[in-house]
Amino acid sequence: MTRSSPARIVLYAISALVLVYLILPVLIIVPISFSSARFLTFPPPSFSLRWYQQYFANPAWMQATQVTVTVAVLTVLIATPCGVAAAYAISQSRLRIMRVIHMALLLPLVVPIIITAVGIFFVYAKVGLVATMPGLVLANVMLGLPYVVISVLAGLQSFDPAQEMVARSLGMNRLRSFFAVTLPQIKSSVVAGGIFAFISAMDETIVALFISGGQYQPLTKRMFTALRDEIDPTIAAISTLMTAASFMLVLLASARKKDG
Amino acid sequence: MLALVSPALLVILALIVLPVGWLAWQSIYHDGFTLENYRRVFTEDIYWRSFALTFEISLAVTLIALLLGYPVAYLANALPKGWSILILSLVVLPFWTSVLVRAYAWLVLLQRSGVINQFLRHLEWISEPLALVHNTFGTVVATVHILLPFMVLPLYATMQKIPNELMQAGASLGASPSLTFVRVFLPLSLPGVLAGCTMVFVLCLGFYITPELLGGGRTVMVSMLVSRNVELYNQFGAASAVAVVLLLSVLAIFFVVSRFISLDRVLGQK
Repeated sequence: MTRSSPARIVLYAISALVLVYLILPVLIIVPISFSSARFLTFPPPSFSLRWYQQYFANPAWMQATQVTVTVAVLTVLIATPCGVAAAYAISQSRLRIMRVIHMALLLPLVVPIIITAVGIFFVYAKVGLVATMPGLVLANVMLGLPYVVISVLAGLQSFDPAQEMVARSLGMNRLRSFFAVTLPQIKSSVVAGGIFAFISAMDETIVALFISGGQYQPLTKRMFTALRDEIDPTIAAISTLMTAASFMLVLLASARKKDG
Repeated sequence: MLALVSPALLVILALIVLPVGWLAWQSIYHDGFTLENYRRVFTEDIYWRSFALTFEISLAVTLIALLLGYPVAYLANALPKGWSILILSLVVLPFWTSVLVRAYAWLVLLQRSGVINQFLRHLEWISEPLALVHNTFGTVVATVHILLPFMVLPLYATMQKIPNELMQAGASLGASPSLTFVRVFLPLSLPGVLAGCTMVFVLCLGFYITPELLGGGRTVMVSMLVSRNVELYNQFGAASAVAVVLLLSVLAIFFVVSRFISLDRVLGQK
């Protein structure tokens, strides 16, 4: 296609519209969260922090926030080492069963989340893990594992295992050579995997809808319930904060990637 | 080596293999073996209507996502590096916002007193607010929005691998730009089309949050059938049978697609 052909102009126009469609809903939340109006009017009549005040002053929202942060942090602390160990084993071993195991670790991405959620609910109901913190954390570890495994496997692909062999031939044992030679070189993909697991746990809604309850309800479950009843601009304030947190984490992850 | 994978494997076995197995068992066993749940799923109206609606919506969402996503991926591939990074960043930006946040945003935009209705009334294009949400329309708009990145990324990855020389060769042999596009570029991008469509379709089949919040109770997709049978009616056997049929549909799609392209291509995106 030549530079200014009509087809080219149509292509630019369609793409621009699609990009607006993608971005607009994410951006529209911000002015609404700072609006003084009870009902949604656009543009907002005047600037106000009342929805942020409502969020921070409400014990139920604060408790939910605490649950979300706790779950996300614990998820990262458990899923990252498990995922790194598994990715390392998958990349090093030539056992045929490893291919099957690799596929199994990606199952959370394949099985529709609603099915996983209902299944976990039935199992938890039998063993008494419904509406508990350990139950919530374990489910999120499972959902976060694929992100760690995929990220670390990609990191290990550009790492030459011969380096670790050298370290071992110089007398280091396998564990020490991993921590001294391999880990520093795949550090950025480990961090990225951990951050993805954190975001996944922070945003997870559907499993939480089924298995969380009482004082252990994460932010997303309370938001979902609130949205079903009425559209309260407090949700806009929370959404803005959640989105800001996600973006900062993604920027952090991509900055680490560039460092090497 | 097996010791190293065992913690991760244990988590997967306990929290996804066992629960799904449990569902399968529960769907056929209730004080003895029974196929009653499956008989209901396949013969009762509400069940197969919901399956039909879910497949229709998924098909519509997939086609719309392809129509919207292809030009964007094409442009990102054709423009110089700086521009393509900008476009791709804008595409993945919503990816990292919670689905719940985006459902809320669409409620704000589409409701009767929402931003779009106010804007259209301000322009005096309409006198009565349009019913844009709490129906299938609202569900489709928001679902396409959420799944579009899953279409654009595999398309872009495939287009990146198409050598530019092929297009130049086409042009040097006298073909017009549109002919080289149709005869050379389009066929070579088809694996990306298949990968993107598979991912979008399969994810849409199990979608829950957008139909629940934006469908207004009328758009009962399969996922809602599962949750209602559990939460409202305590029909665990029926819920399990619906879940099993949904899962088998998803696996069947993956199986068929894997005959044509590598599944890594479909799954390796996120």
